[in-house]
Amino acid sequence: MATIVVDGRPYEADPARNLLDVCLSHKLDLPYFCWHPAMGSVGACRQCAVKQFKDENDTRGRLVMACMTPAADGARFSIADPEAKAFRASVIEWLMLNHPHDCPVCDEGSECHLQDMTVMTGHNERRFRFPKRSYVNQDLGPFVNHEMNRCIQCYRCVRFYRDYAGGADLDVFGVHDGLYFGRAGDGTLESEYAGNLVEVCPTGVFTDKTLKRHYARKWDLQTAPSICVHCSLGCNVIPGERAGELRRIRNRYNREINGHFLCDRGRYGYEFVNDERRVRRALAPHGPDRSADPLDPNEAIARVAPLLAGRVVGIGSPRASLEANFALQTLVGPDRFFQGISTRDKRLVDTALALLREGPSRAPTLHEVERADAVLVLGEDAPNTAPRLALALRQTAGVVPRQAVAGIPRWHDNAVRELIQDAKTPIYLATPVATRIDDLARRGQHAPPEEIARLGFAVAHALNADAPPVGGLAPEVAALAEEIAGVLRAAERPVVVTGTSCGSEAVLRAAAQVAWACGAGLCCVLPECNSMGLALLGGGSLDDAARALSDGDTLIVLENDLYERTTAADALLARAGHVVVVDHLAHATGARAHTLLPAGTFAESDGTLVNNEGRAQRFFQVFAPSGHSIRESWRWLRDVMNAAGRAEAAGWHALDDVIAALAAARPDLAGVRDAAPSAAWRFAGNKVARLPHRATGRTALHADRSVHEPRAVPDPDAPFNFSMEGAGVELPLPAALVPRFWSPGWNSEQALHRFQEEVEGPLRGGTPGVRLVAPGAGPIPWWRDPPGPFRRREGEWRVVPLHHVFGSDPLSMLSPGVAQRAPAPYVALAPADALGAAVVVTGEGFAATLPVRVLPELTPGTAGLPVGLVGPLPAVVEVKPA
Amino acid sequence: MTLAFSQSARQRFDEIVARYPNRQAALLPVLHLAQQEFDHISPEVMQFVAEQLGVPPVKVQHVATFYTMYNKKPVGRFHVQVCTNIACHLTGGPEIFAHLKKKLGVANKGTTADDLFTLEEVECLAACGYSPAIQITDKKDRETPIFFRENLDSLPKVDALIDELRAKAKGGA
Ligand code: SF4
Ligand code: SF4
Ligand code: FES
Repeated sequence: MATIVVDGRPYEADPARNLLDVCLSHKLDLPYFCWHPAMGSVGACRQCAVKQFKDENDTRGRLVMACMTPAADGARFSIADPEAKAFRASVIEWLMLNHPHDCPVCDEGSECHLQDMTVMTGHNERRFRFPKRSYVNQDLGPFVNHEMNRCIQCYRCVRFYRDYAGGADLDVFGVHDGLYFGRAGDGTLESEYAGNLVEVCPTGVFTDKTLKRHYARKWDLQTAPSICVHCSLGCNVIPGERAGELRRIRNRYNREINGHFLCDRGRYGYEFVNDERRVRRALAPHGPDRSADPLDPNEAIARVAPLLAGRVVGIGSPRASLEANFALQTLVGPDRFFQGISTRDKRLVDTALALLREGPSRAPTLHEVERADAVLVLGEDAPNTAPRLALALRQTAGVVPRQAVAGIPRWHDNAVRELIQDAKTPIYLATPVATRIDDLARRGQHAPPEEIARLGFAVAHALNADAPPVGGLAPEVAALAEEIAGVLRAAERPVVVTGTSCGSEAVLRAAAQVAWACGAGLCCVLPECNSMGLALLGGGSLDDAARALSDGDTLIVLENDLYERTTAADALLARAGHVVVVDHLAHATGARAHTLLPAGTFAESDGTLVNNEGRAQRFFQVFAPSGHSIRESWRWLRDVMNAAGRAEAAGWHALDDVIAALAAARPDLAGVRDAAPSAAWRFAGNKVARLPHRATGRTALHADRSVHEPRAVPDPDAPFNFSMEGAGVELPLPAALVPRFWSPGWNSEQALHRFQEEVEGPLRGGTPGVRLVAPGAGPIPWWRDPPGPFRRREGEWRVVPLHHVFGSDPLSMLSPGVAQRAPAPYVALAPADALGAAVVVTGEGFAATLPVRVLPELTPGTAGLPVGLVGPLPAVVEVKPA
Repeated sequence: MTLAFSQSARQRFDEIVARYPNRQAALLPVLHLAQQEFDHISPEVMQFVAEQLGVPPVKVQHVATFYTMYNKKPVGRFHVQVCTNIACHLTGGPEIFAHLKKKLGVANKGTTADDLFTLEEVECLAACGYSPAIQITDKKDRETPIFFRENLDSLPKVDALIDELRAKAKGGA
């Protein structure tokens, strides 16, 4: 640690950091634009100027840019120096010359870093009296709005989009006062991380286009800490609501997972919450047209409760919270609780969990993946199945070359990028088809899952002779395995990335084997947001459910559309005497229900999700839906149990009671309690306010119903109020309870540094979430049975599941923008197998005529089918000319 | 319209690309080559260069629009660039520019009806010592494409220069 002096006062500083970073870490106000905590410094905007003095006798000093100056021991600076202040004032005046005076109609207003910095520097009068330059904006697709006149040329957008996220269709054009940041022409931004531009741009050039359709200012948005429900990574998010409508999703910094960035599936997948297909009232559909009058909630409960006297089978869901699944498991008993996923999916997830629990390898966080010095990706198409992980891997690519840079500080972004050029951390990729991160790979292989697994087992054997050898490898594959093993052996922080998406247990086992053989971290991507939680809870597959269901039994389906999971849904539902569906969306399964109970989405309920590393994270209710009978799934199930006179749920008054019951029933899951503070948490006697203290219209919003200010809905489940009363975010809240980032003078998300221990450090009070899964301490459970090579069989095509960031997650597909970006159904075939423009694909109850996509890297005898777009996938199909 | 390099340009292209460790590094000289070959760097030419070098099209646009000496629009045979930056400003650059506008009957960046002259006001030409400076490119004389006239300090000298160029064009040179 070094000591630096700022305005006469000593501060501790890490000399490897720059002065701006250190000042912000010490919560000193210093304006800046182009520096970004995750992207380092380029010194482009000149806004962070300070005075630097040679020693205590130097009274003149010289201006330096804080973001470009190391915080070297003994260095002396002044932020308050009049010359430095005047310089910063003129910089912002120049930057504002062409900036329109349109804050009142600008979507960025109220959370604009440019506004904040303008106020901070004291620039409050425009002297410029000439015409401003103006631009034609571009249509950038359904997610991001473009308003170039507001640009202040900080270059953050291209640095994020091009340099950080690897995007190839956004750049800067022109020179001096004619700079233009955009695409070559109108058209959708291709990168699945484009939505981050909304947060990266310090002003209103790039804004959220979905928010624009139902705009509200940040100070009017009710928010609570939440978790993304669109893949297994569990990125932390801040959903914002106003007037009963979810308006947008913002990033919630969690150093170990998403850091500063989300993917567009997570950011824009929220619109299902507002969808017309929402179930908002209890229904008892009947007759051929399934028409139904809304039921009063008590009627609905009274209708279901008597059924509990008979046999009841429950089907849970990997997209429902641990608490909701546990409530159903309690209602039906562990023997009649089923996971609501296919046998194949269940086997995959169970295998992944077993490998993480029984083997010695720990699941790395994304932050750890980003620091790895060698990576092997086996089978997982991360950009499509776990997009934030793929963005992390893009940063991993820079780790080794950056380590080798001597004499230039790491934060000196342009200089470091110039020096390392195309050098990369060794990353090896083996996937069934090409991925959008193939450009990161030193070498790799596109092959069927068996071959990927064989490569993995061969690498493991090369690393550790205890791992079994693989027979009959092609010489080039054997050589690749040796090469990969050599690199992993030499690495200090190797990571193996794998997952369930290519549908192969052998691939999972092979990946684990490699990780075990070299002491690497094992990052395992799972299908859905609570796949891990459900696997921990236990319960059989849908096939097991079908076996357990006797004709006439009551079937309760929790937040799940069985038609997405199995072709046998019809048969299963037909055998049930009474089907109860608890869900927030109307879908094919709901259409077969005898009783439909309206559940809250993630935004209308609280609960716990367990991500792919086994981290239990709490999401909190954002708003209280009014005017209908929506309630949390676990509450419906509790009410039914109570009405049936069952004792188990009698004490379940609030979420904490359910969690306590879960912890009592399952000591191995007791850690869930500590995922976040309980509802009893108070700051000086107060809960946390969900609404900012500047929120407007709390009476006017309801004036069509009553001119009195409505009473806030009480919340027994969480330490939050549905109002602006209570503790505000300027207080030191525990990390899991921070509902938004805001601090006096820092209205944009740049306020983050006020919530961190230091810039890029964890949030004050530590990273939210608790690990429920730990590696085993026993001997390494080597798998001794590597699969044989892939052999094509006559008239048979092995199905390779292909994932799409936009398309494979059904919830996000209800967002119009996501649906617009999803591909149309297709079948992918190797050139030799492409029998025509369209083919008939049949097998295991699957039958469709599909257009053919020719993929040169696909092995003949395999057929790629898009997950989520053509119904449940068979394992093997036959392909015939249409 | 599909573009293609002439045989000699293709040869030049191969030579240029061979000089660099990666193809993107050859972007600047290849754009100069393309400008000679196709007259100016239109969006189609940018696309063509991107394909030739295997870089994203926006990258080419990024570079081509940054450098003012890549012409994004057609220019006349003589591209007359008049500096009005500080040194030239003090020694008469703006007067020369105003004079030329009148004489050629065009606005800034305009081209005369006979396609002979394109007039452009530019920032520093790195010839402050000779100020006021004019830089003229003759498309038909690529071997000596750029020339300065030292101490173009009076308007008659400017007139004489323009007349000389006109005569050169008329004479078929
Ligand atoms: S568009 Fe935004 S991020 Fe990009 S340079 Fe302009 S102000 Fe900066
Ligand atoms: S990577 Fe996954 S968890 Fe993160 S924002 Fe995207 S969909 Fe959500
Ligand atoms: S933040 Fe330091 S120059 Fe832009």
